[in-house]
Amino acid sequence: MSSTYSDLTFKGYRRDNGRVGVRNHVVILPVDDISNAACEAVANNIKGTMALPHAYGRLQFGADLDLHFRTMIGTGSNPNVAAVVVIGIEPGWTKKIVDGIAETGKPVAGFSIEQNGDLATIAAASRKAKEFVHYATELQREDCSVSELWISTKCGESDTTTGLGSCPTVGNMYDKLLPEGIYGCFGETSEITGAEHICKQRAATPEVGERWYRMWQAYQTEVIEAHKDSDLSESQPTKGNIEGGLTTIEEKALGNLEKIGRTSRYIDILEPAEAPRSGRGLYFMDSSSAAAECVTLMAAGGYVVHTFPTGQGNVIGNPIVPVIKITANPRTVRTMGEHVDVDVSGILRREMTIDDAGDALIDNIIRTANGRSTAAEALGHREFVMTKLYRSA
Amino acid sequence: MSVPQLLVHEHEDNVGVVVVEGLKADTEMTCVVTADNSSFSLTVRDDVPIGHKVALKEIQAGDTAIKYGEDIGRFIADVARGEHVHVHNLKTKRW
Repeated sequence: MSSTYSDLTFKGYRRDNGRVGVRNHVVILPVDDISNAACEAVANNIKGTMALPHAYGRLQFGADLDLHFRTMIGTGSNPNVAAVVVIGIEPGWTKKIVDGIAETGKPVAGFSIEQNGDLATIAAASRKAKEFVHYATELQREDCSVSELWISTKCGESDTTTGLGSCPTVGNMYDKLLPEGIYGCFGETSEITGAEHICKQRAATPEVGERWYRMWQAYQTEVIEAHKDSDLSESQPTKGNIEGGLTTIEEKALGNLEKIGRTSRYIDILEPAEAPRSGRGLYFMDSSSAAAECVTLMAAGGYVVHTFPTGQGNVIGNPIVPVIKITANPRTVRTMGEHVDVDVSGILRREMTIDDAGDALIDNIIRTANGRSTAAEALGHREFVMTKLYRSA
Repeated sequence: MSVPQLLVHEHEDNVGVVVVEGLKADTEMTCVVTADNSSFSLTVRDDVPIGHKVALKEIQAGDTAIKYGEDIGRFIADVARGEHVHVHNLKTKRW
């Protein structure tokens, strides 16, 4: 069967740095919260552009500021983005983000508001955005090998059906496509609690496993133990998880970890929003288990397609990365089927094997990479949510 | 095989998952262990929603719940075979 997967191709956008995108967005990126209004005005002026408003970017410092820049630069650098207009309140941090994105070779321009005002900034940025739209709309898709895909995963509003069906479906996809040379990514640090002994063993080497375990332990100490006032029930697992039948974090974690399949092993650990640097293979990203935060971080790491198993029906999308929803829960298919891209509820009826479901997901990934809109894209879900590590100065 | 009402991950598990909607108390369920597709029967004692768990054995408070062949928490009440298992009788050992 392996030749079946190695022969898979899709039509993608080949970028100057060699990466391949599956979308062709022109993004208007605010450096900070107070530049959102100007970005949204530019996106309103110039059709075919998209603003990414967010809540942060002022008075951050240390590792939290590093993460802010990494997320901004990573988002602009993602191969699904053809060109970027960056707008900030002042020129210094604006230039830092422009210079970071420019390393990809894609068109990028920065504008700052102080000593210009919103209106002059919007006028100048709109002219540049219009140029970028003409540039982007002349780019053509070309044949690319499946091995050029970077595919991330994170599940949400999980229930017991995710561990039985939709997460093993993603795991089966990884077991089939990682040997073909794709980049993979999983994460959700808090949500491995209860399965950490298994996750540690799934590292490619004992050294990587030890580093993973120290990262996971640090999260327990610095975040959970430092701030908890209960056993976290209703937060992790969430109220939705509990409604769906998940009782404890251990049970949730064991289902979550089904996403890395039977044979796949992770080769390195990424900081939030960090791009992989150890070659083709599967990575663990130290990340929030909240859906929009996690997908935003993985997109900033350079992943171009996201696979999202859900049980109770998390409706999340992302502005630059197509988010493919997979569910095995027949009630979710029945009550909110418009959010579901891949229905694997046949696994619960024993009409569909995990192997069949993995093939159905791979088929949907290829069609999505070719340009088919996901449910979340069609429904307008564009959740762009920055992760913040601590209070600003 | 008829469509199962309950799926169990591993033979050593002491809980299984209801995978149909509208399951009523006293239904004799067809149960399948996904590890090897073996099947068995069990009568459910409560109305149990889809996705929720059922005890496969007689359980004492303090026992460990096993699912995926792994520890998923501690029972805080006695649970009879066929009864609904959830937050009212099972708690995390973490946090």
